[in-house]
This record gives sequence, C-alpha cells and structure tokens, in this order.
Amino acid sequence: MKPEAAGRPTTLLAELTHRCPLHCPYCSNPLAMVGADGELSTDEWTRVFTEARGLGVLQLGLSGGEPLARADLDALAAHAHALGFYTTLVTSGVGLTRARAEALRRAGLEHIQISIQDAEDEAADRIAGARAAHVKRAAAAIVRELGFAFSINAVLHRANLDRIGPIIELAASLGADRLELANTQYYGWALANRHSLLPTAAQVDAAARVADEARRRYRGRMQILYVLPDYYEQYPKPCYGGWGRTYIVVAPDGRVLPCHGATHIRWMQFDTVRDRPLEWIWSESSAFQAFRGDDWMLEPCRSCPRKTEDFGGCRCQAFALTGNAANPDPVCTLTPLRAIVDRAVEEASVPDAPYRYRVLADVRAAGPSA
Amino acid sequence: MLTAASVPVLWRLARLDFDQVRGQPVLLYPEGALLLNPTGAAILELCDGRRSIAEIARMLGERYGADVDADVAEYLSRLAERELIHEA
Repeated sequence: MKPEAAGRPTTLLAELTHRCPLHCPYCSNPLAMVGADGELSTDEWTRVFTEARGLGVLQLGLSGGEPLARADLDALAAHAHALGFYTTLVTSGVGLTRARAEALRRAGLEHIQISIQDAEDEAADRIAGARAAHVKRAAAAIVRELGFAFSINAVLHRANLDRIGPIIELAASLGADRLELANTQYYGWALANRHSLLPTAAQVDAAARVADEARRRYRGRMQILYVLPDYYEQYPKPCYGGWGRTYIVVAPDGRVLPCHGATHIRWMQFDTVRDRPLEWIWSESSAFQAFRGDDWMLEPCRSCPRKTEDFGGCRCQAFALTGNAANPDPVCTLTPLRAIVDRAVEEASVPDAPYRYRVLADVRAAGPSA
Repeated sequence: MLTAASVPVLWRLARLDFDQVRGQPVLLYPEGALLLNPTGAAILELCDGRRSIAEIARMLGERYGADVDADVAEYLSRLAERELIHEA
C-alpha cells in the first residue's frame, strides 16, 4: 500500500526515552520498558523526523518517559523546527531549568506541556512517587516567562477527581493557555492499578459539571479540554481517528507503533526504524495494516453504523480486557462484552489500595518482549 | 457570539502554514492540524486582529466578485466554536 492509499499521518509521538524521575502508577508507557542503552541515537531520531515530515506528519510530540533526560533534546527540537513541525515538548517539568528552557527557545520549540498530578503538593507527590510539585511550579513560571505556548495536563483518577476545581484554578494561576483534564485510560500501568484509580460514577458526574462550568468561564483565556473516562461512557473512543489513519508512535528503541498502547497486544510484531524506512512501516508493515479498514471487524461492529465514527473503539483495550484485539471495545454498550467493564466498575471500590508505582527497573525483570 | 463588527484574531497557540507535502495550507495548533482549502486560508490570512468580519468579507467579496458575507461569518463562527480564533 502506497501512502496515498494508506492516507497520510498527521501526528508523530516520539517517545525519546523511558527514563523518568516520576513513578506515576497510571503511566501510559508499557510495563516492560527500554533502558538508556537501547535508545535511538541523535542521528537516528533526526532521520526519523525527516522521514516523518516527508510522509506528511505536521504535529510532533517530544515525549517519554521524561524527554529532558535526553541531553540532545535541544538539538532534536532544532531539527524539528527546521522541518516545520508544530512541536510539543511533553514533560513532567522536572529538569526544566532556565538554561535548558532558553536553549529550547533558541532551538525554535513552540509549545511545552507540563503535567501536574494534583492541586495539593502532598497529594501530587504521593501519586508521582517523587517530591516534584514545587519543581513543576518553578518550571511553569520559566515556560510562561520565556513566552512558550503553554499547556498543562492533569491525569484524573479516584484520588484527585474531587479536586478538579482546585486543579483548574492551579493551572490558571500558573498561566496555562490550555488545560487538558484527562481521565485515566486503563492500559499498562494504569490497568495494573485500576482497582486504586477508577473513580465512582458520582465522582465522574460531579467532575464533568465542574469542568463544563470552568470551560465556559475561562473561554478566551485558557482552553479547557475534558476527556471523559470511557468506562462510564456508552460508546468507545475512536482510537486516534482509527488505527493507522493519522497517528504514529516511535518507541525509544525505534519500534514504530500505531498507538502508544499497541505493545499490549502481545502477538503483534513491530518493525523498527533501525531496519526499515518509516514510509514502508506506515504503508506496508503488518502492525499498521492489522486494523485498517473494517475487514477485521466482528459483530456487532461490522454492521454497525457507528463504525465509521469510532472504528470499533480501542484495539488495545479490546485485547487487554477480552484477549482478542478484533473484538468490539468492551466499553461499547452494544456488545455483551460490556459486562466486563460493568464488573470492573463494580469491583473497583477498594478503599486505600496501594499503588504499584512505575519503575524502569521492572524492565529487566519482565524481559524485553513481555 | 461573533457579529459582523467582531474583530477576529487567531488563537495565540495556532499558526497558519503551508504543507509542501500535501501542497495545501494548514492551521496548526496543539494536538491538532486543520487542512484548509484556499478559501479558508484566504479568510484566516486576513484575521489580523484589526479588521472586522465585515471588512474581511468585503475584501474577499471584491477579490472573488461574489457576496461571501454569510460564508465568511459561518466559517469564522465554526472556528470560534473550536476556540481557534478569538475576538481581538
């Protein structure tokens, strides 16, 4: 399949590293992570960026792990800028000193997104598994002062959802242009911690009202995006506008994924930019071809009018919860598989269950391909 | 709510660009890219934070030799709904 037939991607998420000073139990990275010695070199990353632009990618996310763990970050940002991407640095803010921020500004970086964990330092540091809240505030001030476009991202879960109001106020006081309030998606680390992260229906309802009111109040000053928790939705999310339609993730070791959760589908093989050009992987590789179109769909998706809107939902969630990645996303109330999600919601209320924190050391214990 | 007297300006985080790969103008912003047709790009190029919607429509109407007032107003209202443009 040529790029014309496969469509052109718009977005590339470059997971530059899995190294990170935080240990958030909802991290979207896989349980089995890549160590520093497995990461792509500067030259390999710049080649990937050049190939991605040629393929039509417009949006570049420099992510991780913590991308500031890479000493060559400003060189990568400069190359991205020269190619004309709209580039976002997706960071915890830890390590974003004035000197590094100024170097990134000189490199032409446009947009920085800093994560915050909660409105209160103690609660934020507990979920992050690190004393980071005060460092993030300092980083936010630098980002603001240097004139970057500035987003804040807050992942929401049972322990902080009731403080969504104060979280919004904190983001506004830090001067964010944009706030993403993202309910936890249950893959990887978050799935392993679902029993301690999943909020109640009452929490979800109350939070949605607060977010909606704030979105109207801050209109024109701070754009607020509220991502609903899909376990409490009627229909599934479209997975990045459909599998292999617009989105590419490159893992720290160069494996190319149709979404950052794709490694959870255990049978799936991923080609790497060390072996193949990005264009071939996008157009031809088995991973990207696996769920394009609708030939793979089972009922009720196959005959469902919604299939062109949500593409049957998330393949990674279908695999994680049912063992078959071609099944309908069990979030969908049109499938009997929905009982799996309903049961998870019922069983979720374990008060004060301990978190299993994200640790890179798990990598070796779990093996490279687990 | 935008009116003909409103003065639209692109969101601080959005920028107009031309994608050489697609041969098409684009509006880029955090986590998004809007592929534009030539008319959409012509409208957004005139959103400089000084001209009103009425002035933009008049300039384009002259350029195209047609009444585009309703089209311009509708296009900008849709982008305002998505918070990609604001009133200056």
